[in-house]
Amino acid sequence: MTTIYLAIAEVKGGSLRQVSFELIAAARQASEAGSTVASVLIGSNVSRFANDLAAYGADHVYVVEHDDLTHYNAEAYDASLQAVIQAAQPKAIFLGHTSIGKDLAPLSAASLQAGQISDIIAIDIDAASGSLLYTRPIYAGKAFEQRTFFSSSSVVTIRPNNFPLPTYEAGRTAPVENIAYPAPTLRTVIRDVVTQAAGRVDLSEAKIVISGGRGVKSAAGFKPLEELAEVLNGAVGASRGACDAGYCDYALQIGQTGKVVTPELYIACGISGAIQHVAGMSQSRVIIAINKDPDAPIFQIADYGIVGDLFEVVPILTAQFKQLLKIGPVD
Amino acid sequence: MNIIVLAKQTFDTEEKIVIEQGTISEDGVKFVLNPYDEYAVEQAIQLRDEHGGRVTVIAIGPERAAEALRTALAMGADDAVLIDDGGAALDEHTVAQILYAHVGQQAYDLILGGNFSVDNGSGQVAIRLAKLLGIPHVGSITKLVIQDRQAEVERDAEGDTERLTVALPALFTAQQGLNEPRYPSLQGIMKAKRKPFQQLSLADFDSPSIVSASQEPLTARVAVFSPPPRQAGKRLSGTPSEQTQQLIELLQTEAKLFT
Repeated sequence: MTTIYLAIAEVKGGSLRQVSFELIAAARQASEAGSTVASVLIGSNVSRFANDLAAYGADHVYVVEHDDLTHYNAEAYDASLQAVIQAAQPKAIFLGHTSIGKDLAPLSAASLQAGQISDIIAIDIDAASGSLLYTRPIYAGKAFEQRTFFSSSSVVTIRPNNFPLPTYEAGRTAPVENIAYPAPTLRTVIRDVVTQAAGRVDLSEAKIVISGGRGVKSAAGFKPLEELAEVLNGAVGASRGACDAGYCDYALQIGQTGKVVTPELYIACGISGAIQHVAGMSQSRVIIAINKDPDAPIFQIADYGIVGDLFEVVPILTAQFKQLLKIGPVD
Repeated sequence: MNIIVLAKQTFDTEEKIVIEQGTISEDGVKFVLNPYDEYAVEQAIQLRDEHGGRVTVIAIGPERAAEALRTALAMGADDAVLIDDGGAALDEHTVAQILYAHVGQQAYDLILGGNFSVDNGSGQVAIRLAKLLGIPHVGSITKLVIQDRQAEVERDAEGDTERLTVALPALFTAQQGLNEPRYPSLQGIMKAKRKPFQQLSLADFDSPSIVSASQEPLTARVAVFSPPPRQAGKRLSGTPSEQTQQLIELLQTEAKLFT
């Protein structure tokens, strides 16, 4: 019997989310040689993704399929994962620190009476003790901590975009094992799901984020930012100032309250750079600040700063990027 | 309707984090009621005003956490319970077990908490508690209406909105947008001083007959450190169009983007 590590895959909008593969990488990193990293697919009509997971390194794929699992329902998913855990007896369970993963993980941890370390960005081995150290941001990234487990079984959620993808091996296969849906009595019923506009890039997974602050002045002021986001295939975010002023939905808020983002490129438009906002974006790889106020604190952390009116600068930037990326009419 | 609110005291989000001798300094730090818990307290007060009943706010933490509970009482909660941990290094498992030992003895219809705490940010405790209590939960809600012991909620799922109905008793965690938390009024602050305030300590939960499982932490911090500081980079100059042109060039040559 080899030791089993579970990596809970996620399907969204009819395809596997990238974090499903990152989880295989993270689980592999935490496992000792010779262990089995098994992906888990929970949903309806999801077994078709098993080959992709195998190609990205899953040694085994557990599948739980049922109509009750079409949308995430905590009770239905929890019962399904429990059934897989019963079958696999895993040493550790890895989930994404995503809407689904962060909801599901504590249910499993509580059932197993296991420790859980959430939202990790790295796994290292302590040279002295040989134990695994899990690094995670705290205070929304104002500091980091390393934690370790005492429990025999462990639950981990990983932050998307932080673990490198495993090597893709075309044609690699893995055994697929179907686990019967345990059909629990559901006290929670999903009435409907309103999905956000098609094609919109999710903020927490976006490679490029264009963010607006009080400087956008109104809801309509987000328009030039949205246009730039469309050209760059990025997502639009906002500071607490913009959300509190009612210019945008709280779902866009980036900061210690709100979302923490770590994109390749972060473009802050009309954002002063309050500590609580910076906490949510300072780990971005490249930061651009566009602000009228030359003394705005955001310039202290920006790689590139443009002192100017965002309503003038952003449309020019959009036009130039369009030309560079050969989008739309090129003259 | 009896409503329990799970609360935590956290650093104010405008605070910088200073690490001294391997620990996070609390010197001169302003503490607040965790912003996500404020939404939970506000929702509980609104539901009590609509349906009757009591709002009890519970926190686990050091003595200073009493201040966050006073804030909740000043907002309008009816009574508070502080489980003083004496500054012990607990983990989410332990906190959930202690809450379970306490809440499991109470009569409740509804439990509300924040989506996560702005300090530790793991978002585990409330959901673990729901599981231990054997009640359904919905995390990250932006709307909550109660009718005939049924809750109608909206859950924020990374921008998607899921509409669900849940039979009470149930637990929900509050996401931004759920409501606009009120500021405590002067009268509220005065009244809070006379409201029931129960003080417990970890010793009150020692008996194995109360707690079904181990309270020993299952994870622990071994190190804490600051992120590498960011340096101010290049300030561009020229006309707006020259600046943006320069910017795109630098993104390509230096940052290796859009190449």
